[in-house]
This record gives sequence, C-alpha cells and structure tokens, in this order.
Amino acid sequence: MKYAILVNEGPYQHQASDTAYQFCKAAIERGHEVFRAFFYHDGVHNGSRFPIPPQDDRNIGVQWSELAEAHNIDLVVCIAAAQRRGILDEGEAKRQGKDGDNIAPGFRISGLGQLIEAGIQCDRVLVFGD
Amino acid sequence: MLHTVNKSPFERNTLASCLGHALPDSAILLIEDGVLAAVQGTAREAEMRKALETYSVSVLGPDLLARGLSPDQVIPGIDVVDYGGFVELTENHDKVQAWL
Repeated sequence: MKYAILVNEGPYQHQASDTAYQFCKAAIERGHEVFRAFFYHDGVHNGSRFPIPPQDDRNIGVQWSELAEAHNIDLVVCIAAAQRRGILDEGEAKRQGKDGDNIAPGFRISGLGQLIEAGIQCDRVLVFGD
Repeated sequence: MLHTVNKSPFERNTLASCLGHALPDSAILLIEDGVLAAVQGTAREAEMRKALETYSVSVLGPDLLARGLSPDQVIPGIDVVDYGGFVELTENHDKVQAWL
C-alpha cells in the first residue's frame, strides 16, 4: 500500500515526529511504500540540518534523511511555514537575500499542493501532531 | 475507520470526542499520552470498558513502556500492539482519523 504522512510538530518538543518516523519504518518493514512525508507548521523544523542533540540521543532530522535515502521517501517542507521559521534551501536563501541555507539532505521545500497530491496518490494519509 | 487518540483523557477531551463520533465498526488506537486511557484502576476505566462493548480498542505497547507502564496493567479486552500492529490496523481500515 502507498502511504502519505503529515507531520505537524517539530522534533524534541512533541512525540509526533518520533511516532511518524517509527510508523514509517514499520510500514516499510511490512512491505508498504511511504510515498511522501509532508512537514507543516512547526513540523518544518524536522527539515533543518543544524540541530546537534547530545550524542546519546537520537537525531530526529538525520533519522528522517537516512530513511528517505534508503527507501526513496519524498520529504517535503511547506514553503510558507518554512519561511516563517527560517528553514531555507539554497535557492530560497539566494532569493530572500539570506547568507546561508539550512535544509537537511533528502528534504525539499514546496507548497501545500504536494500534500493534496499525496492524498490523491496514496491509499492512506496519516496525520501526526499535537 | 481507524481513530488514533494521542492525548491523556486526564489532559484533554479528545478521547471523549472520538467516542462521541466513532461508528460501531470503528477501531480506536491509543498512542503517545493516549495510552493512559488503557490502564486499569483509573477514573476512566468504566468509560473504556463501555467503549469495548462497541469498538475494538488497541494501545501502542512501546508508548506504554516509555511511560513506565506495563502491558499487564492494561484493561482486559484492549489489544496491545507494536508499530507493526499499528500499520496492520491502517491496512484493515481505509481511513485514519487523528483526534489531535
């Protein structure tokens, strides 16, 4: 089956991103496809490559990047939510006159249309939030 | 339909909202702080036992353990599942409603 995932909360503040990640891992282990994870509201913070959690703690952003790399998951960050919270890719940084970007590997910035499309394409849509 | 509830019934009323809207063939999965509703001996036990007459109720085992709770403390009739069991529930129900 094809799954779409919506993550509405940032890492470490709330369990939503952890639960979504564990669900995706289990779905893949059961032979399903996770087509896209869409990060909305504070969920866009999952897409920064700058967090440095303590060494004995999980790195939530890196976990997502690695899972996406291994299983070809499209990680999409909402552009409007990202701009409010300072999540930028190279193109956006240049366009907004900022001195650098911070998006993590495997993530890309796009619009809400990607969430709608995932809803059309997929058999299931799961929402993880507060 | 599968309903997921992620808040303790002692914190928010999303479980009550869920029980007020879910149709009889629905399944309810308690995750995150929602697992507290599955524990025996709380003020919500009677409500959960009544819900079990109508709905199939599951609780996410790893979230119980993360809160120092054991599957032995769960109200009989509530199914303790792992993440694979969570996925299985989404296979068997064509829509998933998160009561956030």
